[in-house]
Amino acid sequence: MTGQTPDLSRRAVASFVIAAGLIALASIVALDAANHGAAPAYSRVGPGATAYAIAAGLAILGLATGIAAWRGMVPEGEPYDPGAVFLILGGLGGLMAAIAFGGGFIVGATILFAATARAFGRTQLIADIAIGVTLSLSVYLLFTKLLSLSLPQGPLERLF
Amino acid sequence: MESFPALLQGFAVATQPMNLLFALIGVFLGTAVGVLPGIGPALTVALLLPITYKLDPGGSIIMFAGIYYGGMYGGSTTAILLNTPGESASLATTIEGNKMAKAGRGGPALATAAIGSFVAGTIATLGIAFLAPWLVEVAISFGPADYFALMVLAFVTISATFGASPLRGLTSLFIGLALGLVGIDELSGQARLTFGVPDLLDGVEVTTLAVGLFAVGEALYVASRRRHAPETIEPVRGSLWMTAKDWSRSWRPWLRGTALGFPIGALPAGGAEIPTFLSYSLEKRLTKHPEEFGKGAIEGVAGPEAANNASAAGTLVPLLTLGLPTSATAAMMLAGFQQYGLNPGPLLFAEKPDLVWGLVASLLIANAMLLVINLPLVGLWVRLLAIPQPWLYAGILVFAAMGTIAAKPSVVELSMLGVFGVMGFLMRRFDYPVAPVIIGLILGPMAEQQLRRALAISLGDPMTLVESPVAAILLTLALLAFIAPFVLSGLQRFKSDED
Repeated sequence: MTGQTPDLSRRAVASFVIAAGLIALASIVALDAANHGAAPAYSRVGPGATAYAIAAGLAILGLATGIAAWRGMVPEGEPYDPGAVFLILGGLGGLMAAIAFGGGFIVGATILFAATARAFGRTQLIADIAIGVTLSLSVYLLFTKLLSLSLPQGPLERLF
Repeated sequence: MESFPALLQGFAVATQPMNLLFALIGVFLGTAVGVLPGIGPALTVALLLPITYKLDPGGSIIMFAGIYYGGMYGGSTTAILLNTPGESASLATTIEGNKMAKAGRGGPALATAAIGSFVAGTIATLGIAFLAPWLVEVAISFGPADYFALMVLAFVTISATFGASPLRGLTSLFIGLALGLVGIDELSGQARLTFGVPDLLDGVEVTTLAVGLFAVGEALYVASRRRHAPETIEPVRGSLWMTAKDWSRSWRPWLRGTALGFPIGALPAGGAEIPTFLSYSLEKRLTKHPEEFGKGAIEGVAGPEAANNASAAGTLVPLLTLGLPTSATAAMMLAGFQQYGLNPGPLLFAEKPDLVWGLVASLLIANAMLLVINLPLVGLWVRLLAIPQPWLYAGILVFAAMGTIAAKPSVVELSMLGVFGVMGFLMRRFDYPVAPVIIGLILGPMAEQQLRRALAISLGDPMTLVESPVAAILLTLALLAFIAPFVLSGLQRFKSDED
């Protein structure tokens, strides 16, 4: 079993990061709970107490995850392709930017569509943009006209 | 029995033409979305929630009923033809179902799944109708301490007892509980974990969490694994219809699956994977064709599919009578009720009997509609499976983002969608269960309220939590359920040490 050593350490690193993340989350919850005043006199449990309990639970789970990682009792992450993940998240960022800067739903959704298609291995960007525009336009019309939901407007949306 | 007149009343509501139309739309949309690979029933309901924002409560709850059952039908189609279960409850179906499809018996596999789901769904829905009034009587005497104990039991069973690893299940649950803290505390009016961001005052939206974890997380996961594990669709070849032999081999597994699924689903234990796997191993033991198991035995599809549907209907019992969601899908149904300010529980039966019984009757109608529209339309659903993966996931993400924006048009909400997506991706990657996060978010604040209410009534005396016999028994059960997996794994380790 010569090939196992690097595997074990890589696996453990991920689990130690998860353990640290849980303990960090526990501290955030506990610090926030400290901002709340004492519980009301009629009950010992105020808004802070539950938060402390949850923080304690998270901290214990973080420690347990750390111990499990130390003993090598954690599942291994499979090989993956980080580029695809960043492309999709970038598409989501594009949608947010389009909405924040007044580009509207159709432009934003098209960015998300094209970026996701690319992450799944498509290379014909123009075709994907065309499909993205058609899809988001029909979604926009269906939901705003038929179901009277409001979606963010930009220059394209004002045409309808 | 008081159920009969009530159910008849429900049918009078459900058969109004508009409501029938809503049920039909729900069934159709539910199947269409549920059939898409990677989309299970919970995500189906979450994605379709925004469609019902502006409809009237009665109609859209009836539509949910259709979406709920339709999503499950669609899910089994994907499991059989694509070998990708949309959720863990379809895993057992995949084992034999995909083998049948590969052997050119995809048609009978789909048929036994659909008819089995119909049989199980109908029996289990009638079970709801007769069990619910009885449980409502019991629930009406529950005090805050009893409710708190019940929720603690649900937390433990959902996260620790039945999952692959209690440590990872509990971690998921506590992340959900921490997310549940965000926003204004309903009892004191204080803001928790909002960091001065006004968008966070209302708390984390359940739909944003579910869509982020399931849809965005799944898209990220599949995209990142695309080059490592490609998928293939099995075309449906040969006859769709079951032969006489198929029928005679299917009907007993349907009934046995229903008998396993409904009670387990109705217990506040959650998760349909237990009854489906129990049913699978039961059928494997009872079959007259043991040589076919592992190569595509029809019993191995009929039993688990029936168990899956019966248990999904069973989870509606605690949801409707106690307001207690015990699966991710039930949590989404609860979110659907809450968007109209309706709180399931004993009071809803007293205040809106038309709505509750209309829903139960619609479930029966939706189930029958599914059988009628599904088998003849299977060709259409299969064509949906053939949508190229890049466009499919791109489209899912556009819908997911649209639903989030429609619920709360803000960039903050979209960034939360992204954060939950990354979280869902990491959880899939490192094998953390997703459902406990959603249950924790929706049930955590409810449990906290009951706990603090109980303590306020008793002027802070913690003994109040165990003074009621119901609460004491439920908390003892929760403790046992918490210890059980550790004892069992200890035993196993002990045994393997012996070897």
